[in-house]
Amino acid sequence: MEHIISVTVENKFGSLSRVAGLFSGRGFNIESLSVAPTLDPSMSQMTIVTSGDERIIEQIVKQLNKLIDVIKVVDLNESDFVSRETALIKVHTRPEDRAEALRIADIFRANVIDSTPATYTIEVTGDPQKIGAIINLLQPLGIKELTRTGRVAVARESIRSTGVQAKKVARE
Amino acid sequence: MKLTGAEILIECLKREGVKTIFALPGGVVLKIFDMLHQQKDIEVVLTRHEQGAGHMAEGYAKATGKAGVCLVTSGPGMTNVITALADAYMDSVPLVCFSGQVPTSLIGNDAFQEADNVGLSRPCTKYNFLVKNVADLATTIKEAFYIATTGRPGPVLVDIPKDVSMDKAEFTYPSSVSIRSYNPVYEGNKWQIKQAAEAMTKAKKPVLYVGGGVIFSGASQELMELAELTHMPVDMTLMGLGAFPGEHPQSMGMLGMHGTYWANMAMHYSDLVVAIGARFDDRVTGKVSEFCPHAKVIHIDIDPTSIRKNVNVDIPIVGDCKTVLRELIQILRATVNGDQRELRKPWWNQIREWQQANPLAYQQEADGPIKPQHVIKRLYELTKDRDPIVSTDVGQHQMWAAQYFKLAKPNRWLTSGGLGTMGFGFPAAMGAQAAFPGRLVLCIAGDGSIQMNMQEMATAVVHKLPVKIIVLNNRFHGMVRQWQDLFYEGRYASSYLETTPDFVKLAEAYGAVGLRASKPSEIDAVLKEAIAVNKPVIVDVPTYPYENVYPMIPAGGCNHEMILEDPPALKNKQSGAGQMAPKDSDTILTA
Repeated sequence: MEHIISVTVENKFGSLSRVAGLFSGRGFNIESLSVAPTLDPSMSQMTIVTSGDERIIEQIVKQLNKLIDVIKVVDLNESDFVSRETALIKVHTRPEDRAEALRIADIFRANVIDSTPATYTIEVTGDPQKIGAIINLLQPLGIKELTRTGRVAVARESIRSTGVQAKKVARE
Repeated sequence: MKLTGAEILIECLKREGVKTIFALPGGVVLKIFDMLHQQKDIEVVLTRHEQGAGHMAEGYAKATGKAGVCLVTSGPGMTNVITALADAYMDSVPLVCFSGQVPTSLIGNDAFQEADNVGLSRPCTKYNFLVKNVADLATTIKEAFYIATTGRPGPVLVDIPKDVSMDKAEFTYPSSVSIRSYNPVYEGNKWQIKQAAEAMTKAKKPVLYVGGGVIFSGASQELMELAELTHMPVDMTLMGLGAFPGEHPQSMGMLGMHGTYWANMAMHYSDLVVAIGARFDDRVTGKVSEFCPHAKVIHIDIDPTSIRKNVNVDIPIVGDCKTVLRELIQILRATVNGDQRELRKPWWNQIREWQQANPLAYQQEADGPIKPQHVIKRLYELTKDRDPIVSTDVGQHQMWAAQYFKLAKPNRWLTSGGLGTMGFGFPAAMGAQAAFPGRLVLCIAGDGSIQMNMQEMATAVVHKLPVKIIVLNNRFHGMVRQWQDLFYEGRYASSYLETTPDFVKLAEAYGAVGLRASKPSEIDAVLKEAIAVNKPVIVDVPTYPYENVYPMIPAGGCNHEMILEDPPALKNKQSGAGQMAPKDSDTILTA
């Protein structure tokens, strides 16, 4: 089963290769991985999309925790979460297709972020199904280039814990 | 006062209480060697190969319980030490390895003797560092020792570029370390421990299955208390030998592929397995789906990843063996009264039956070829009063040593378990001897494996490390030959060594002592002579080449289905003309 694992690591030389090396060395699967610094620039946040049975996911979480550079590991599938992915899609547009491309972009609330007489570059954000859908629709026009960020995700706050959070912030 | 990186390194080693390092110089570490040369507190054992340096540091660490230290140069120095790092990683040996690196300005330029040391060692170290600024060196070294020796111990690499060893910085050694992302758990979960205690008092057919974790945690005393309190049998893994006295009536000896019949039968028929500092290696479990089919499993280990990695666990306890065992004992003392012995009587009767049915056995005829088991048994009898440290290489001789050399105390057994590194034994023995110059250190080796680090004899002679090597010389890679006999229809592909050096002359060539026992009747006298010499000794013992190690659970087999002796076809072949038999004239280059 697919799992999204959120990993907080030290933002330093080699942390990424340790995590990536763990997955390749132990034969775990990585479907996507995204990394960027957190609010605290000394830490990075990784979102790893992986798959495996319960035992494998347990090992992945434990092995990640064992890495010295890893500060925190959360298997987001253990609770509710929201996830998003962004894709940049460069489509060929013949003059007669340009309006169609814009209409498709509009349906998906995507933005055109670059334009030439023969291409549009469309930015779309959403869950993997949404991105799959827009790609399917744009494909007949001719996709010249496609790049995806891989998913990022956060756990959904429950109403109760949001209240606690608010109180804590207020006290501070 | 400002010190160079090289001086800082030496100061740090002194603060960590390091007395001996195992090292081999090269271009980028010359500054460090130059500084080592000008001081007296740390002895530098110059090895002949970096792999030797790594294994010596391992032997030192296993015998003392403290971190072993080695120092190698960049490039080939680093790649040579990797085997030892991988070995230490598998067997959780605390090691700090310093490697030289090309100057920071050249890193990545394919400079002379450059290698990506951090990249090369990442999968076989617990952690590694590249020090890019001399100001970070002292803190890094402190962290390296801390990481290597805490939690589940392991090797740590510190890569030091040449310019960092020459640059200067203000030296202050941190008194403590705090790494926010590294906080090993020592205390076990109290509720889980209580559950474990309850299961242990109820079990009718329990087994304590103990591994190297007990030794590294220094929990032998606690293990003894627990075993005697609960009257449970103690199965030891290869790495756990010595954690519990081999001669104790509750000792079952080693379990696993070449473990004793009763140790494996007890696992298979037990109703409770209490794993302490062991990791359910495939050489122990055999076929996982049929491993301990009737048992509840309690697993005590400091490494959470060990738990439920290979087998399902009913009561997991993450924590230090010593701390957890103490708590367990405390609870059990309050709840267990005298009835444990009575409760387990039928279980022990069954175990004694197994012991009588299939004891460890071999046939030594007075004028026949020397049986390797007999040599180890005699070595054990002749040395046990001297509390020796015993190292082995890897293969048949290692298994026989594990079966017949019964260890009374922990930290006496140096062997390569997880990685199975041939060539480990001799340098490991030297490392232990360097730590304990007055002790008797024995290295049981095969003629194949001893040749993998033979060059270190020069180091042993120069540094006066009087290790006694007993070469069980069967002219084969014996374990390979055994598998070929059992599973490859006796085709000896590359297992017959054809020519073996004259080990007596070889020892003499190095300035050591060479002895040979050619007949069973000579064994005692030769071993005694070897032990009496205060020099490194090789005792060459030509042995019967077709002896196999039993019991044996074939790889992936089930624990209660052991091969107990040579199958009939094999016996016939050995007693027949034996066209594959090596002729003595081919194999021992005698004068």
